[in-house]
Amino acid sequence: MLSRLQNSRNGLGLLFMLPATLLLVVFLTYPLGLGIWLGFTDTKVGREGMFVGLENYEFLWDDAVTRLALFNTLFYTFVASVLKFFLGLWLAILLNERLPFKTFFRSVILLPYIVPTALSAIAFWWLYDAQFSIISWVLVKAGWIDNYIDFLGDPWNARFSVLAANVWRGVPFVAITLLAGLQTISPSLYEAAAIDGATAWQRFRHITLPLLTPMIAVVMTFSVLFTFTDFQLIYVITRGGPLNATHLMATLSFQRAISGGALGEGAAIAISMVPFLLAAILFSYFGLQRRAWQQGGSDK
Amino acid sequence: MTETTRRQFIQSTSVATGAVAAAPMLFSTRASAQWTNVPEKDAKLRVLRWSRFVQGDIDTYLANVKKFTEKTGIEVRVDNEGWEDVRPKAAVAANTGAGPDIILSTNDDANLYPDKLLDVSDVCDYLGKKYGGWYPACETYLKPDGKKWIGVPLGASGAIMVYRQSYLKAAGINSFPKNTDGFLKMFQALKAKGTPGGMALGNATGDSGWTHWLIWAFGGSIVDKNNKVIINSPQTIKALEFAKELYATFIPGTLSWLDPNNNKAFLDGQLSVTNNGISIYYAAKNSDNPTVKALAADIGHAPFPMGPVGIPTEYHLFFNQMIFKYTKYPNAAKEFLRFMMEEEQYGAWLQGAGGYVSHPLAAYGKNPIWTVDPKHTPYRDSVKNMRPSGYAGQLGYASAGAMADFIVCNMVAEAGSGSKTPAEAAQRAQKRAERYYKS
Repeated sequence: MLSRLQNSRNGLGLLFMLPATLLLVVFLTYPLGLGIWLGFTDTKVGREGMFVGLENYEFLWDDAVTRLALFNTLFYTFVASVLKFFLGLWLAILLNERLPFKTFFRSVILLPYIVPTALSAIAFWWLYDAQFSIISWVLVKAGWIDNYIDFLGDPWNARFSVLAANVWRGVPFVAITLLAGLQTISPSLYEAAAIDGATAWQRFRHITLPLLTPMIAVVMTFSVLFTFTDFQLIYVITRGGPLNATHLMATLSFQRAISGGALGEGAAIAISMVPFLLAAILFSYFGLQRRAWQQGGSDK
Repeated sequence: MTETTRRQFIQSTSVATGAVAAAPMLFSTRASAQWTNVPEKDAKLRVLRWSRFVQGDIDTYLANVKKFTEKTGIEVRVDNEGWEDVRPKAAVAANTGAGPDIILSTNDDANLYPDKLLDVSDVCDYLGKKYGGWYPACETYLKPDGKKWIGVPLGASGAIMVYRQSYLKAAGINSFPKNTDGFLKMFQALKAKGTPGGMALGNATGDSGWTHWLIWAFGGSIVDKNNKVIINSPQTIKALEFAKELYATFIPGTLSWLDPNNNKAFLDGQLSVTNNGISIYYAAKNSDNPTVKALAADIGHAPFPMGPVGIPTEYHLFFNQMIFKYTKYPNAAKEFLRFMMEEEQYGAWLQGAGGYVSHPLAAYGKNPIWTVDPKHTPYRDSVKNMRPSGYAGQLGYASAGAMADFIVCNMVAEAGSGSKTPAEAAQRAQKRAERYYKS
């Protein structure tokens, strides 16, 4: 039996895949499956639930706070991702140039990403404080404004404030990854283009961008996923306030499921995020992985 | 049930009578309270409680636990979690039937899984008889059917009005107002003087509790006695109109305030009046910074004023003590809770907590903590004056969910800030609350 197994390619293959499969099933498939199931039940923390079909989703569809949270999440993800992409790309190109202390700058740039999110969130919470904000303080002292800015008390101010914090934190990830991508582009391509008299913009448009696209696809997919599921920044800085203006799907899901005890409803909110996340992944695969275009051809 | 030998009985009752014997100095008239209990042999207990708010709390608590172990031989392990994290852990323990024997949690937690909790009526009846009776809110929380106690009340973290005496004087207010009309006038006068007050309107789990006081003070409530949602009422609208006038006097930024904001602004001298636990005073008194320390002398405390309903309608964070049915040592657990609530231990603990926790048993109103410093006294009656979180209905998942979703807080913030009219805000709150109370 044992020797038969040892000689069977299929048997051995299955055996070697077993640990990975187990890990995936236990830590990925089971929690996800459980989450989906919970979303169809009225389970409370500490009480078994009953199957209620789509009731949770029907309620959430009509729930003004959930709709607001969905809008906030889409707005937050879209604006933050676009900003992170452009700032990250800009930073990557700058760091790819010949700079003095290049290695130093490249390390320093990662700092916002290295600091634990909860800590940087606390720093931003102070920066935006209604009474102690250093930004307001400086502006008042400089005579530019008379009153402290209500960063977190006004719904739109609060949205942009948490957005800025998210962008600050996320840019290094985009920048460093794109920098790695930039460095894989052979200098000979640029030399050839320069000999042909290509301008800087043409070099960027026809060499850098196409060759960087696979990297952009990967990094932006991750960036969108991280932003869409952001929790810590919001939870520390606003807890979803003011008037739920900064509640994201993730924070609302936590508030309803854990603080409020409605596990079923919380799970339904969390599961509602999945289609959006899948859409983001599919977009990145089919929209950005344009191999023909990258190789100088046109899309078919 | 465990069988009891004569020797065990004598051993255990001698512990209890020893504790009772220590009390007559203070409570001789209540000697009729009888307690007999036989803890299980080789019992060990695990207690999960909320993390300390002040160091003195946990120091005295652990000293009392040590005393218990010395007297009874029962080992007790105490774990701490932030108070908001205890709730899900307790619920999971209830659901899975495994976990700490005793959990100290908050508000209506016990009402989420009453059938998983040990009946502690004997402990509560004994303590109630001995120490002048439990305050009414304790019974609403922990004796929901009016017959059986599902937990032993521990007290509440009183959150009342904290103000700067000198600022009030400068604004022409000689004593803290006792009704809502005077309250509004005080805020207006302080604003006019350039020293505004402010209370949290962000999603602050503790300090936004004042919004419940406000609605109740005007006769509104989320639900009636039968859990029918009645928040969209003329009384609520009146309260919201009041909130609008009040908010106009607030220091800027209160819509974003979470629990720590008012403490910071007050200790920095920017805030003349707010609502809080005794922690602001505590922090000022114990500060190394001479300017902040000097502030302590200027701090005054007062209960929330009464509204048109004419009775106190305060909201405070309530603490309970639950024994789970799955415990292998129910008698030892009861013995522990009884021991911790006896004058010798509980009195010392109240003092250790420095006024942060208010007692649930009337007799502890005589504890020196409430008179050693006149600034402690207004916190004394917090449990006496409070209403349970889901007033006036029954407590359970609906009340817990409505509270966690900040329905009342959001409604007051919407109407106060003018982002919605009082009528719109009340309508929205009605719809949101109906979802929780639908079944």
